Amino acid sequence: MNVFGDAVLFLNDPFNWTRPGNGILVLLVQHLQISGAAVALALVVALPLGIWLGHTGRGGAFTVALSNVGRAVPTLALLTLFAVTPIGFGPEATTLALALFAVPPVLTNTYVGFRQVDRDVVEAARAMGMTGRQVTFRAELPLAVPLVMTGVRTAAVQVVATATLAALVAGGGLGRIINLGFGQQDYGQVVAGAIVVAALAVLTEAVFVVLSWVLTPGPRTLPGFLRPRRRRAAA
Amino acid sequence: MNAAPNPWIDPSYVVDNWDTILSYTTQHVRLTVLAVVIGSLLALPMALVARRSRWFSGPVLGLSTLVYTIPSLAMFAFIAPFTGLSETTVLVGLVLYSLVVLVRNFLAGLQSVPADVVEAARGMGYGRGRLLLRVELPLALPSFVAGIRIATVSTVALVTVGVIVGQGGLGQLIVGGFNANFYRAPIVAGAVGCVVLALLLDAVVALVGRLATPWTRTTSRRRAGRRAATAGSAA
Repeated sequence: MNVFGDAVLFLNDPFNWTRPGNGILVLLVQHLQISGAAVALALVVALPLGIWLGHTGRGGAFTVALSNVGRAVPTLALLTLFAVTPIGFGPEATTLALALFAVPPVLTNTYVGFRQVDRDVVEAARAMGMTGRQVTFRAELPLAVPLVMTGVRTAAVQVVATATLAALVAGGGLGRIINLGFGQQDYGQVVAGAIVVAALAVLTEAVFVVLSWVLTPGPRTLPGFLRPRRRRAAA
Repeated sequence: MNAAPNPWIDPSYVVDNWDTILSYTTQHVRLTVLAVVIGSLLALPMALVARRSRWFSGPVLGLSTLVYTIPSLAMFAFIAPFTGLSETTVLVGLVLYSLVVLVRNFLAGLQSVPADVVEAARGMGYGRGRLLLRVELPLALPSFVAGIRIATVSTVALVTVGVIVGQGGLGQLIVGGFNANFYRAPIVAGAVGCVVLALLLDAVVALVGRLATPWTRTTSRRRAGRRAATAGSAA
C-alpha cells in the first residue's frame, strides 16, 4: 500500500523528528509529561482511597458505580468541558481530564485487591498483634500488589492512549501528527502518527507488565510472553 | 473584557438547533447499533471456534488485547486511508473494539455452561447443533448480555472520536462548539447527550436480556424463597 510507504518515508525523515514546535520528539515529550502528570495525580487520589475502602470493606457499590459511569462519559467530552472552564485549554485541562479517567481503574482494582486477600491471613496478622496500619501495609498490601498494579497499568495505558485525543481540541501531544495529517490530506503522515501512537501505547503496556513483575513480592513467575516453555523432566 | 454571555446550559440552543442535534444523534445511534450487531455476529463464531481449539483461542485473545491497546484515534487513522472520510471508517474501528469485549464475554459464557448439563443433554440424545441452540446458548445468554452491555456503553463513548473523519455523531457538537470560539451550549448538549444515550441503550439491552432469559428470574426468586425458608427453620 502506497500510504504505508509514505508513512515510512515520513518517519525516516530526521527533520520530522527534530523539527521545533511540532516535531515528533517535542510532541513525544509533551505527551509523556501530560500522561505522567495525569497518572501521578490519579494515583495520589485513588490509591489511598482504594486502600482505605478496601481495608475497611466500605464503598464497594460506590467503586462499581464509579467505574460504570466512567465508561459512559466520553473522554472527548471531558477534555472539551475542562478546556472551556476558566482553566482554559492547554496542558492543565488535558491533565485534569485524563487524571479523572485514570481514577476508576486504579480505585476499583485496589479495592478488589484488598478485598480478596484471604480473611484468614488478616485474622492471623491481627492475632500476631499487628495494628490496623501494620495489617494494611504489611499483610494486605503485599498480597494485593498484583491487582493494584493491574489497575495502574490499565490506567497508564488508557491515559497514554487518550492523551492523543487532546489534539482534537487544540491540545499538544502525539495526536497532533494525526490531526495535522488529516488537515493536510496527507495520509502518509496520518498513518505515521498512528504508528508512533500505537507503538507508545504497546510500549507502555509492556513497561508496566515488567514493573508489576518487579514489584510483586514472593516467588516470581516471569510475565507470560517471557516465560520459557516448561520442559518435562527426563524420566 | 465584555464577552457575550456563554451559558453552560442553554435550552434555546437546543430548541433552535433541534434538527442538527437530532441528525447527529441518529448517526450516533446508527453507528453504535451497527457496530455492536456486526461485532456480535462476528464474535459468536469466533468464540465457538476459540472454545474448540486452544490453537485458535491464544492468538485471538492476544490479538484482541493488542487491538484494545491501540488508541482509538490511531485506529481511525489506520483505517481512513482505505475508506476515506466516511462512516465506514468509524464503523470498522468500532467493530474491532467491540469484538475485543464481545469475544471474551461470549467465550466466558460458553465455558460457564456446566459440564453435567452438557453431559445430560448428550445422554438424552442431543446432537451438536441442537445442544448448542437449545442448551448451551440459552445458558450462556446472561454472560452474552453482560458483554453486549459493556460493548454498547463503551461504543457510545468511542463514536465521538469519529470527529477526526467528520463522522462523530454527538462528538461533532462537542468539537464544533469548541471550535466556534468555546461555545459552551453545544459542548454540554453533546456531552450530556452521549451519557444519556449510553444509559438508555444500556437499559434497552438489559431489558431485552431480561425478557430473553425468563428462567433466571424464576430461579432467583425460588432461591430467595428457599433461603428465606432455611433462615426460618434455623431461627
